[in-house]
Amino acid sequence: MEHRLQRREPAHPTPFTYIKVAAVLGAITALEVVVFYMQALRPVVVPVFLALSATKFAGVVLFYMHLKFDSRLFSGLFAIGLVLAAAVIVALMALFRTMFA
Amino acid sequence: MEQTAPVREVGEQHGPATGLDHRKLLMWTFLGSECMFFGSLIATYLVYGGKSLVGPYPKDVLNIPVTSVSTFVLLMSSLMMVLALAAIQRGDVRAMRVWLLATAVLGITFLGFQAFEFRTFVLEGLTPRTNLFGTTFFTLTGFHGAHVMVGVIWLLSLVGYSLRGGLARESSLNVELAGLYWHFVDVVWIVIFTVVYLLGVAE
Repeated sequence: MEHRLQRREPAHPTPFTYIKVAAVLGAITALEVVVFYMQALRPVVVPVFLALSATKFAGVVLFYMHLKFDSRLFSGLFAIGLVLAAAVIVALMALFRTMFA
Repeated sequence: MEQTAPVREVGEQHGPATGLDHRKLLMWTFLGSECMFFGSLIATYLVYGGKSLVGPYPKDVLNIPVTSVSTFVLLMSSLMMVLALAAIQRGDVRAMRVWLLATAVLGITFLGFQAFEFRTFVLEGLTPRTNLFGTTFFTLTGFHGAHVMVGVIWLLSLVGYSLRGGLARESSLNVELAGLYWHFVDVVWIVIFTVVYLLGVAE
């Protein structure tokens, strides 16, 4: 079946870019530990941890899973799952936290 | 600065009306469903947070320094994985094998950390039957660990397949699909580390 077509995939980053992303991910993890032990930051610890976590999440998904470079359909499929998961978390928290309170 | 775009032959069995490979489309759909699966487990953990009637409680057992190291190990395994993909996309099968093995070794190391943590918790009196924290914690992290285990088996299978000459530049999608799964397991852990460990102890 010799009617094969050659498809050009979207260009991916270089290994050096991957290493730079890994350095950022490692640095953020270290920063999280530092923040964890800083008593002065306790009042704002929730938004700080969520922001740092979201940055790491975005770094892996955009660069290592190539969503930054791949088809938007892939991003859409993943986003549907993410949004539904977030909705489940918010709904259950709202429902059961109230019930147990 | 980007590499030359990888060229992939597309056979008729994966002939794409969308211009996208069906296997990759299927993998992203699967990962979307996995988001909902782990979302439900995380929601359950959060809903029952602080509802345990007896200890040990999260602050009593969770070890942030040790888990930070295991988190770093898993993050670096993602780097190894993506370097394996870059290697096969430039046709370097030997380098791909080395990076895949490194990824698997780091995955096994992460599982070792988890086994150590579980054993420590059991010795400290926390089992899945002790309290709500134990039940939801072991269910959430246990399912994540099972996913890592599946990923390690997948990676080692790819190494074995490549040793039999089954992987070449044209079949780099096989490595890319395994990579997508592996990175997903990594991002799930990023969320678990924040929600269960950092916020669980800090709050």
